[in-house]
Amino acid sequence: MGVSSLDVRWLSPLRWWAVTSPTLVHVLRLERTLYDAIVAHAKRDHPDEACGIVAGTEGSDTPSRHVPMINAAGSPTFYEFDSTELLALYKQMWANDEEPVVIYHSHTATEAYPSRTDIGLANEPGAHYVLVSTREHGNSEGPVEFRSYRIVDGEVTEEEVQILDADQQTASA
Amino acid sequence: MAIEVRIPTILRTYTGGEKAVDASGETLAALIDDLEASHPGIKERLIEAKDGQNDLRRFVNVYVNDEDVRFTGGLGTSLADGDQVVVLPAVAGGSAGFVR
Repeated sequence: MGVSSLDVRWLSPLRWWAVTSPTLVHVLRLERTLYDAIVAHAKRDHPDEACGIVAGTEGSDTPSRHVPMINAAGSPTFYEFDSTELLALYKQMWANDEEPVVIYHSHTATEAYPSRTDIGLANEPGAHYVLVSTREHGNSEGPVEFRSYRIVDGEVTEEEVQILDADQQTASA
Repeated sequence: MAIEVRIPTILRTYTGGEKAVDASGETLAALIDDLEASHPGIKERLIEAKDGQNDLRRFVNVYVNDEDVRFTGGLGTSLADGDQVVVLPAVAGGSAGFVR
C-alpha cells in the first residue's frame, strides 16, 4: 500500500479518534532500561536498520515489554518485520491484552525523522513511532538521536520524549 | 460456512470497530468478495491489480490457520468451515524514499 491508498474518506474518523482519545497525550514516557535496550539494538545492527516494538497493556499508553524484531529486509535503508514473526508477535499481544505502544526503527545514515516510506507504511495510528539515528557514532559508544512521532492519516506530529529513571524521576531525552 | 476473520486496527473503520468478523468463501478471493459485500471499501485495502490480475497488496499480510498465504497459493488459497483468517498490515519502512 502506498501514498495513493491514504484515502481521507476513510481515514478521517481515525484522525478524529487520534485527536480526541484520552490515551493520546503527545508525550512518550519510557523507562530508562527500555530506552537503553532500543539504543543498544540500533547500535548493534548498524549499518543495517534495526526494528522492533515495545508492547504494553491495551489502552494504557505504557510501554513495558521490549520485543526486538529481525529486519527481514536486512538493509541499511529499509526494514520489514518477518511475516511469520509478525503473526507470532500479534498473537502473543492479543493473548496478553497488549498492543504495540512503541514501534521503533533506526536510520543509519540519515536523521531520526520519518521518511516518505515510513509515513506511507505507518498502520498503527495509536502507536508512538520512535526513530533512532545511529549516523553519528554507528556501532560505537556515543549519543544517538532518539525522537518520537505520531503518524496518523499521513500526518506526522513530533512529541516529547520523557525518560523515566528507576526512582521515577523524569529527565528529558 | 463461517470463517472468522481477524481485522487489524487500521481497517476497523470498515467493520464498525469489530476486531473480528465472520465471512464465507471457498477461496481467499471469494472470502474477500464476501467481506466487501458486508463491509464496503475493505477489498480495495487488501487487493490491488498487478499486471491486469488481482493480487494481495505488497504490504498486507494474510494468514490462514497461521500460514502466510503467499506460501499457500495467495488469493487462490482454499478455505474450509472453521478456518481462521488473520489480516495484518506489514510493519515496515526505512530511510529509503520509495513508497509503493
